[in-house]
Amino acid sequence: MKLIIATIKPFKLEEVREALTEAGVRGMMVTEIKGFGSQSGHTEIYRGAEYAVNFVPKVKIEIVVPTSAVETVVDTIAKTAHTGKIGDGKIFVLSVDQAVRVRTGETNEDAL
Amino acid sequence: MTNIKTFATAAALTALPSLALAQDAAPGFDEVGPYIMTTLLFLVAGFLVFFMAAGFAMLEAGLVRSKNVAMQLTKNIALFSFAAVMYWLIGFNLMYPGDGWMIGGWVGPFFSQTVLDPVGIGAADAALDYASIGSDFFFQLVFVAATASIVSGALAERIKLWPFLVFVIVLTGVLYPISGSWQWGGGWLSEAGFSDFAGSTVVHSVGGWAALAGAIVLGPRLGKYKDGKVNPFPGSNLALATLGTFILWLGWFGFNGGSQLAMGTVGDISDVSRIFANTNMAAAAGSISAMIMTQVMFKKVDLTMVLNGALAGLVSITAEPLAPSLFGALWIGAVGGIIVVFAVPMLDKFKIDDVVGAIPVHLFAGIWGTIAVIFYGEASLMTQLTGIFAYGVFTFVASLVLWYILKASVGIRVSEEAEVMGLDMAELGMEAYPEFSKG
Repeated sequence: MKLIIATIKPFKLEEVREALTEAGVRGMMVTEIKGFGSQSGHTEIYRGAEYAVNFVPKVKIEIVVPTSAVETVVDTIAKTAHTGKIGDGKIFVLSVDQAVRVRTGETNEDAL
Repeated sequence: MTNIKTFATAAALTALPSLALAQDAAPGFDEVGPYIMTTLLFLVAGFLVFFMAAGFAMLEAGLVRSKNVAMQLTKNIALFSFAAVMYWLIGFNLMYPGDGWMIGGWVGPFFSQTVLDPVGIGAADAALDYASIGSDFFFQLVFVAATASIVSGALAERIKLWPFLVFVIVLTGVLYPISGSWQWGGGWLSEAGFSDFAGSTVVHSVGGWAALAGAIVLGPRLGKYKDGKVNPFPGSNLALATLGTFILWLGWFGFNGGSQLAMGTVGDISDVSRIFANTNMAAAAGSISAMIMTQVMFKKVDLTMVLNGALAGLVSITAEPLAPSLFGALWIGAVGGIIVVFAVPMLDKFKIDDVVGAIPVHLFAGIWGTIAVIFYGEASLMTQLTGIFAYGVFTFVASLVLWYILKASVGIRVSEEAEVMGLDMAELGMEAYPEFSKG
């Protein structure tokens, strides 16, 4: 099992969700986050004073999938979240040791 | 409020013959109609101006950060309530002394409480040339509360609750009524020919001067000006700020319209409608000019400045909402909106931290509106400047002294830790949005 963490532009979330559902993904965790990468921040003007916004709003998606599905899921996210402009986000893949479905007690891939 | 009470008494004397004729029969509508209509005007206009307290509360709640919202709301309801009590206890008769001046034309009587008309007063005992005392008192009282609201917005997010309220008590009970009496009480400035219909100077600039003195003594919020740069603290809720502005705009129809102080004749009610239309025009023009200015200067429209611009338009037309044509109201209001867009960054240059823009809106636009009377009203530039100067010196100096006394005695500023934590938790132990992000 692998945990896929993807940070994407917030407006891309719905598109990514649809594509992942079509690819057979049956669940995901979504969090609104702020952060910076190579996009860095940008400046805003409030009441005539310019100020730096150092953290940019992003959406973080976390999905745990069977190892066999990792490539499809990563490809799907990378393709749908892509705009070609700076700030499209990143995808990380981590190993997962264990999974339990709370309702039934099923474990590991059965629990996904 | 150009026709002050002393003039009204003179009008009553000329009206005596007709009253004498009516002694036999019950008085007809010609005798009591104006009294009833003017009283009604004060009541309707009064509750419109009362609602401006809600407007100020929402505007300020929206423009402070969420950690200070509950405290800002507390200050708003508290200042209105204290103003209401102080105006009964001292303010009203101090501001409208009639013949009871302590120092002629300058200071009225202290500790002369307001007494209402008796229950079920008969036409023979009523002030038929004017309005009931209750309506007059209520109408004037909601004005003084507006002055105090101006101060609370400028000093938000860092001032201690009780010292602020002590200032409000003195401002509403003593300072505002004394300076107000010079003009609306028939004092020396009205004798000199100064003209301020509904209070660009008497109400708004006075609040602005008190706020400016407070902002100077109190200092800016922590981290607002660092290394020669301005760090804005964006407001927590611009929907509330916009609602507050619209409520103020609505209340202003009462503020300016009611200041006609009479509704008993065709001319009077028609004048009230002129005032409504002009007031609305000035607000619209102020908001449009602020919108255009921010687009040109900052390459985008700044909503908070547009809100300030509408209010500045309103303040600008308040000194003379009756005489101008609609086009006159338009350009006077538009200049007010432009003033705001330049004044907000200017105050930042001087490191004077005015959280909601109260000083540009109420002080600077108030001064502009008072000067603008010369274009359509009957006033000379010299007397207008005299009035602006007199109100400025008195209110600014008295406020400065009071703020310094409060600072030296009890302290006016919360601790650094409290300011960072937010006044809601630090001073009230209560949050405006306790469930936000906690489920």
